[in-house]
Amino acid sequence: MSAVMITRKVRKWEKLPGKNTFCCDGRVMMARQKGVFYLTLFLIVGTCSLFFAFECPYLALHLSPAIPVFAVLLFLFVIAMLLRTSFSDPGVLPRALPEEATFIEMEIEAANGNVPAGQRPPPRIRNVQINNQIVKLKYCYTCKIFRPPRASHCSICDNCVDRFDHHCPWVGNCVGKRNYRYFYLFTMSLSLLTIYIFTFDIVHVVMRSVDKGFLNTLKETPGTVLEVLVCFFTLWSVVGLTGFHTYLISLNQTTNEDIKGSWSGKNRVQNPYSHKNIIKNCCEVLCGPTYPSVLDRRGLMEEDSSISATPVAPSSSSSTTSSSNPVPQTTKTTAPLIPNEHTPDDAKPSIAASAEKSPSPKEEHPPAKVPPLASPETDVETSITKDKTH
Amino acid sequence: MSTDTEHSASLANKVFIQRDYSEGTTCKFQTKFPSELESRIERTLFEDTVKTLNNYYAEAEKIGGQSYLEGCLACATAYLIFLCMETRYEKVLKKIAKYIQEQNEKIYAPRGLLITDPIERGMRVIEISIYEDRGSSGSSSGSSSVSGSTAR
Repeated sequence: MSAVMITRKVRKWEKLPGKNTFCCDGRVMMARQKGVFYLTLFLIVGTCSLFFAFECPYLALHLSPAIPVFAVLLFLFVIAMLLRTSFSDPGVLPRALPEEATFIEMEIEAANGNVPAGQRPPPRIRNVQINNQIVKLKYCYTCKIFRPPRASHCSICDNCVDRFDHHCPWVGNCVGKRNYRYFYLFTMSLSLLTIYIFTFDIVHVVMRSVDKGFLNTLKETPGTVLEVLVCFFTLWSVVGLTGFHTYLISLNQTTNEDIKGSWSGKNRVQNPYSHKNIIKNCCEVLCGPTYPSVLDRRGLMEEDSSISATPVAPSSSSSTTSSSNPVPQTTKTTAPLIPNEHTPDDAKPSIAASAEKSPSPKEEHPPAKVPPLASPETDVETSITKDKTH
Repeated sequence: MSTDTEHSASLANKVFIQRDYSEGTTCKFQTKFPSELESRIERTLFEDTVKTLNNYYAEAEKIGGQSYLEGCLACATAYLIFLCMETRYEKVLKKIAKYIQEQNEKIYAPRGLLITDPIERGMRVIEISIYEDRGSSGSSSGSSSVSGSTAR
């Protein structure tokens, strides 16, 4: 009986489903398409470098050395907020493990009762009452969970994100519960930086033109023209975006809810999350607690390292171990086929069968590519969000 | 740790305590006693555990003076302060982990149950694993809990 020992430690981020890319051994989490993020970084760093190179020496000398100092601080803050927004987990909800998915399935079947053959089963919706308002929780076919209120599935990253705002290509990540305040601070500080650079560009050109004439000034500091162009176009979009998000924060709404018109007031529907007080809403969004990431990216996967003739039973005898995770793998490879309206009736699983199946190691099975059972509704709503946001 | 390690237990079933969203998106779990646990643990013990967990989460997510201070201080340092300081939420999560371990050791393990920390399940559910002794009728209790839940 020969055993092959695989001793490479695998971290959980390597096995996470979804279309994210990870860097620095799981510390950094971004979306797949990062091109626009690099453009954002290039524009900010490039424009500021030109400002420091051309304007700052003159302004420090003729006006005040505080000007470049403040510009440096503002620039560093903008970069810190951008990186924080782009690299952090927006609030991704991990997919349900097989037993949880089966448990939910059974609850749905019990709630729906018997559906006559040939008829569509009713849509999977759970109603909850939040602050005297009925909120519908939708079932996510990809993640196999009922989405918490305000969560939404991002089709670009293929994850359910808590308090989903929108997917921002400029930061290369989703904006959700955990990084919304960094995103807001990024847009606000970027607006300030753009206005600052634009203003001092004009001041510098005016001051220099008085001495040397307009054309000579442009010849001496060619960077100014570029900066003014970039700042001019950036101003309209970023300041507008900051204003829009300030409006959303004061009402405690997300971009997603605003686009879908969830709380637009028709049918007497009101936002149940709003405190009806602008200050309180702002404080909750910007000064609320810093939520932890529930995606354990850097944790080590429990690898059954030996492939031998005897099957390895998990250590369930010591029932006080808190790391009881008999199924560390994700539902992408091992989930029982969860029926939706397209699966035949004989394929429906039972919880006892999956409970018996789950403790056994899955290493021997070749990973089967189960396509995400996305329902048309999840794709439609997120594609609308994608189209209308930028 | 469990003294009767010669007792081999097998996983019979799992119960998932869902979130209670009646007060909004704050983390709170339902205190409704699941039928699968009726024969395993007293209702009051279970409710106490869930209520204590809810209190811990409420403490972590409380929006008040301390959270404002933490937020403003962190913002002023461009959030670099979190490289050396632990957030209040993380401190409370550690307390919760300790509490769950304690509850498992004292109350749940002797009854053949095991609570999984909700953070390991994305804060969506409290997973309670029900173990059966291999010597006893494990398969029949598994099927009876299946029929029990469908009869709901």
